[in-house]
Amino acid sequence: MMRSPLRLVPRAAPSQSMLVLAPLLAVALTLLVGLIIFAALGHNPLVAFRVFFIDPVSDINGISELLLKASPLCLIALGLAIGFRANIWNIGAEGQMYLGGIFATGLAIWFHREDNAGGLWWLLPAMIVAGALGGAAWAGITAFLRAHLRTNEILVSLMLTYVADMLVKYLVYGPWQDPQSNNFPFTVSFNDDALFPVLAIWEGLGLDSLMEGTRLNLSILLTIIAVPLAWLFMNRSFLGFQLAVAGQAPAAARYAGFSEKKLVWVALLISGAAAGLAGATEVAGPMGQLNDRWTPGYGFTAIIVASLGRLHAFGIVLAALLMALLYLGGESAQIALQLPKAMSLVFQGMLLMFLLGCDVLVNYRVERRRPLHAAADPATTAPTAEAA
Amino acid sequence: MIESLNPLLASALAAAIPLMLAALGELVAERAGVLNLGLEGMMLVGALAAFVAVTHGGGLPGAVIAALLAGALFALIFGFVTLTLQANQVAAGLSLTILGTGLSAFLGRQYVGYRAPDSFAELPIPYLSELPLLGPSLFSMSALGYATLALLGIISWFLYRSRAGLILRCVGESPSVARSLGLPVMAVRYGAVAFGGAMAGLAGCYYAVAQFKMWQEGLTSGNGWIALALVVFATWRPARVGLGALLFGGVSALGLYLQAINVHVSVFALSSLPYLATIIVLVAISSDQNAIRRNAPASLGKPFHAGG
Repeated sequence: MMRSPLRLVPRAAPSQSMLVLAPLLAVALTLLVGLIIFAALGHNPLVAFRVFFIDPVSDINGISELLLKASPLCLIALGLAIGFRANIWNIGAEGQMYLGGIFATGLAIWFHREDNAGGLWWLLPAMIVAGALGGAAWAGITAFLRAHLRTNEILVSLMLTYVADMLVKYLVYGPWQDPQSNNFPFTVSFNDDALFPVLAIWEGLGLDSLMEGTRLNLSILLTIIAVPLAWLFMNRSFLGFQLAVAGQAPAAARYAGFSEKKLVWVALLISGAAAGLAGATEVAGPMGQLNDRWTPGYGFTAIIVASLGRLHAFGIVLAALLMALLYLGGESAQIALQLPKAMSLVFQGMLLMFLLGCDVLVNYRVERRRPLHAAADPATTAPTAEAA
Repeated sequence: MIESLNPLLASALAAAIPLMLAALGELVAERAGVLNLGLEGMMLVGALAAFVAVTHGGGLPGAVIAALLAGALFALIFGFVTLTLQANQVAAGLSLTILGTGLSAFLGRQYVGYRAPDSFAELPIPYLSELPLLGPSLFSMSALGYATLALLGIISWFLYRSRAGLILRCVGESPSVARSLGLPVMAVRYGAVAFGGAMAGLAGCYYAVAQFKMWQEGLTSGNGWIALALVVFATWRPARVGLGALLFGGVSALGLYLQAINVHVSVFALSSLPYLATIIVLVAISSDQNAIRRNAPASLGKPFHAGG
């Protein structure tokens, strides 16, 4: 095989600066390739760049939409990161989110009143709890099979996502369909007491005139509370420590007597609850009902958010904002440049792929290969690393 | 009674063929120690490539070649990131699926809503296709169907009876031993990944040009993931992939069959049958951890740095 002029030399310890630089490099590479794609499609790359990344957040409404999308992404990714740290790959957050939405919707429909005069103060909190429980229960199936029967959690959680999708469809085409929907697949619009209030926060801050007409709602508070909680859990709790050890050195975790079963349950229940919570905030927030196409794949995008955020609570906040911007950019490019919406998905895939590629710099140095005759073949002297 | 089962068997086999193709390709990659979760993405890219080729007058050979090439090239992105750049294979496979889903939806939008001008027709084998029970299904497949069964045999032979297959399995069991024997670990793994991609591409071609005869976003509807499960179910043995694919094909066909004869079960319950069956089968196979440990390639999913 042809020898490349560069070679990778393992570092003694992971490079801390590269841990931060690699995601930035990945973002830069994604932007670069994105501009090339725009140019190849016959658009002025700078105009396309502005439409995609600047226009969507150039007014207060745009910022509100950005936060509205970043919030569920962040919530789900925080949960996933806890599992990913332990090498427990829950990739079915999308399905767990559906179940959260279903559980919350169940309550909203049960207490629905035609005259919208319920005024039940406890309904929304109950829906939030129900959403978290629904997501956790759905993830619990995967947890049970993984912990007690050693069934692959990647495949099970993903298969359950397809089943959850069918469950949503069954409900909105069947028993939960709005009788006045002319056979369209959606439920009734929730009463006010089953919705997150939109303007309430801004009145307190004296910003209500500024935020008039935006859709950002109180559910963002849940995310704002979840971020430091997740950080504390991951970085300061014994359970979080056990999860990290189990991920980085499974043998050490076994030797220390950490229960693998318990960790699998903890990781999956937390990530399921977080995804379910996000589902509840969507149906009781911007959707205001359950329908058959209510999420743009937040559960899958959150996998990228968690990776890009380095499985770190604060990193995830930044990554969620960036990924929300990609969604908005996709919508804006669709309207302004007639570019297909799938462009966002292409950007997401590229970003994760570039990130994984750039991560090589964390554990390896790139060196120019010395000419073969100058020294002994470096291949025979360099240590052979076979990472577990 | 037997005649009424004919359509059921035929559609079971039709559903089994693409699963078999994709799972066999993945099996070869995994036998070389590389776990590629990007099947779904590679299948979609292959499906679009085949549909584009056939739409622009490439004919059926053009569709097959386009699907093979697109699948293999797309898989090489994964290969470069995991083999050369040492990335986590699980994450890279997921991102390949996301990229493939997005890319195929993005590039394929102007092909949505058209019918393939050319498609694989059934080629009944004289006399054999008139045999009772299996005749009308097994001996009236499309060329792609027969080719898949042939590939099943060829891959079995390759893995267990050829020197190259032995080398591939050695690389999958222990890349460091293989390397110390002077075997080209990297080249073998790159080759296996490209082969897996080509087979997934062909599976996509089957959906676009033989089964549905059209292109649509997310055409493969999760079958790439089912094919992945199939490899585990088959405990990494080709013949069992064949059997498993028929089983899964049977379950999907059963759903369609029950719909066709108006059984009063929700369409959505029937549509979730293949996914539930996958979970049940995975649970069944994981109850025998020894079988998995004995048969799984020892280095599966682990990065290998040759130091040179």
